[in-house]
Amino acid sequence: MATLEIKDLHAEVETEEGSKEILTGVNLTVSSGETHAFMGPNGSGKSTLAYALAGHPKYNVTSGSVLLDGEEVLEMSVDERARAGLFLAMQYPVEVPGVSMSNFLRSAATATRGEAPQIRHWVKEVKQAMGNLEIDESFSERSVNEGFSGGEKKRHEILQLDLLKPKFAVLDETDSGLDVDALRVVSDGINRYTEDGDKGVLLITHYTRILEHIKPDYVHVFVGGRVVESGGPELADELEKSGYVRFAGKKEAAAQS
Amino acid sequence: MTESTLETTGPSGLEEHSHGGTEVPPASRGHRFTSYDVEAFEVPGGREEDWRFTPMKRLHGLHDGSAAATGSLQVEVGGDSAARVETVGRDDQRLGTAGAPADRIAAQAWCSFTEATVVTVPKDTQPADAIVVTVHGPGRERTAYGHIQVRAEPLSESVVVLDYRGSGVIGENVELIAEDSARLSVITIHDFENDATQVSSEHVHLGKDAVFRHFAVSLGGDLVRVNTKVSYGDRGGDADMLGVYFSDKGQHLEHRLLMDHSQPNCRSNVTYKGALQGDSARSVWIGDVLIQAAAENTETFELNRNLVLTEGARADSVPNLEIETGEIVGAGHASAIGRFDDEQLFYLQARGIPYDQARRLVVRGFFGEILQKITVAEIRERLEAAIDEELAAAGT
Ligand SMILES: Nc1ncnc2c1ncn2[C@@H]1O[C@H](COP(=O)(O)OP(=O)(O)OP(=O)(O)O)[C@@H](O)[C@H]1O
Ligand SMILES: [Mg+2]
Repeated sequence: MATLEIKDLHAEVETEEGSKEILTGVNLTVSSGETHAFMGPNGSGKSTLAYALAGHPKYNVTSGSVLLDGEEVLEMSVDERARAGLFLAMQYPVEVPGVSMSNFLRSAATATRGEAPQIRHWVKEVKQAMGNLEIDESFSERSVNEGFSGGEKKRHEILQLDLLKPKFAVLDETDSGLDVDALRVVSDGINRYTEDGDKGVLLITHYTRILEHIKPDYVHVFVGGRVVESGGPELADELEKSGYVRFAGKKEAAAQS
Repeated sequence: MTESTLETTGPSGLEEHSHGGTEVPPASRGHRFTSYDVEAFEVPGGREEDWRFTPMKRLHGLHDGSAAATGSLQVEVGGDSAARVETVGRDDQRLGTAGAPADRIAAQAWCSFTEATVVTVPKDTQPADAIVVTVHGPGRERTAYGHIQVRAEPLSESVVVLDYRGSGVIGENVELIAEDSARLSVITIHDFENDATQVSSEHVHLGKDAVFRHFAVSLGGDLVRVNTKVSYGDRGGDADMLGVYFSDKGQHLEHRLLMDHSQPNCRSNVTYKGALQGDSARSVWIGDVLIQAAAENTETFELNRNLVLTEGARADSVPNLEIETGEIVGAGHASAIGRFDDEQLFYLQARGIPYDQARRLVVRGFFGEILQKITVAEIRERLEAAIDEELAAAGT
């Protein structure tokens, strides 16, 4: 069994007016087989947490620790983290002109698996994965994410999740911008990824509608750069009904203590 | 006129400048004075519009008459044997028909060359292989003036490679002529040794319904300045001008284009992409398009993109469109200078792809759109390898 432990993580970002602390002490442990939903108001730092875990150079981790099976993730480069089994499905996937999707997927699979996949087997694998996500074959020859619609980008993030099969996946608002059908297709993709019970998911979302397809084991409320309350699925329902008002005060209280 | 510069200075970071508002643009950049007489041009001091980006000291006197010829270019023609190859004297009547010198160095070269190479693709022939013209510089600390003419006769269809190598200081004129209904592709590769200086004026002339494809590739040399003017002799001319350049530490690579639309129903498309890396790597791209009053139904577009890979490099890009008729199909231009995209690198790395490979993928992707249009596989592979090598040389 694998674990991802986030301990007292603080991170800041460089702004015009100097550095600004965004993560103010995140604590969370995700074990394989678990799905954790992460909900919080705009600007609370959810994406920042996702980027900090993946090692984006813009975010400066000032203290804390992130252990993947006991290994310090914060000491690894971005690509090392991915090869160690950490995956980030981005809220806004990046366009890479001139690099074909097929070349990209193959390079990524080669890197994370440690050897180039057998070509015949690989072609079948990709075809199957694309079919499952209802992605047209013609996308293989297009540049990575270039000119893709918002929904198409999200499907491709899950396509990569399916092919790379990381130990832990952080899914940053993979559900936003999807219509009902796409939401089902993408959710099915995520459920396929977790079906063997050996993967851990950190699902960042604003809406409970994806939680009808993907059952979380835990729900965390994220406000002011930290987890302010954790509970079961019922917590999501409360958030849906009453919003974050009840938690707004907690941030201040936590900051004073 | 919009003009953009991206200069990366020292470790403190990047500065973006935009000038253009402060300088008075010349009345017309399209209508240019030309002459075969070197004395008709004043010695440029470096502040003139045409010279303000060029480091004059590194011209080794090509511009002020002090660079006497002390060597010669060695020109070999190989590849497909269908072409007629001649070495001719100054008095050959065919020379100079594609266009007259438009600056002092071009005029100096015109007045100074002793023999010219004329490569003719005969009428109605379609050589299967590329015709390869290899030009060796005169050698270190020597100066040479040259003249080359490539003439594609009517209805011919051919690919010609101009492959520049070696050392020394070179001033030259190159005439590229596609006669009526000819299809001519020219791949020009400037791949000199580190010391070389080349100032080249390319005069492209298109006949009726001629189709011209140009791939300009600049990799080596201390200073390479190429002026390319395309003129249309009749209706239906179609020119695609593609370029890639990779400027390293200390290199100055300058490309100046003028698409002179003087005839109706012609088309031009200019796409140049450059990458820069290392201290004082410089690139300059000037793209002038002139649509004269007679040039109705012109269709033209030009684009320049630069990728600044490291700090200490500087790219200048100046697109300029002058339109003298309202009856055009379409005209546009765009220019952009970007830093090496950290987001793209991050995305690839976040999928496990190591830094060096991710960097290679992004840069290859940037140039790929142009490189994939090079139909000669050998050359395409050579350029891909050269770009990989440039990237590897920079280290990380
Ligand atoms: N590069 C940056 N420069 C300045 N501020 C930043 C930067 N990146 C993030 N921030 C700020 O950090 C805070 C947290 O942003 P983040 O994107 O992590 O929020 P989020 O919880 O993901 O919000 P959303 O729900 O809208 O996606 C915001 O106030 C944001 O403006
Ligand atoms: Mg976010």
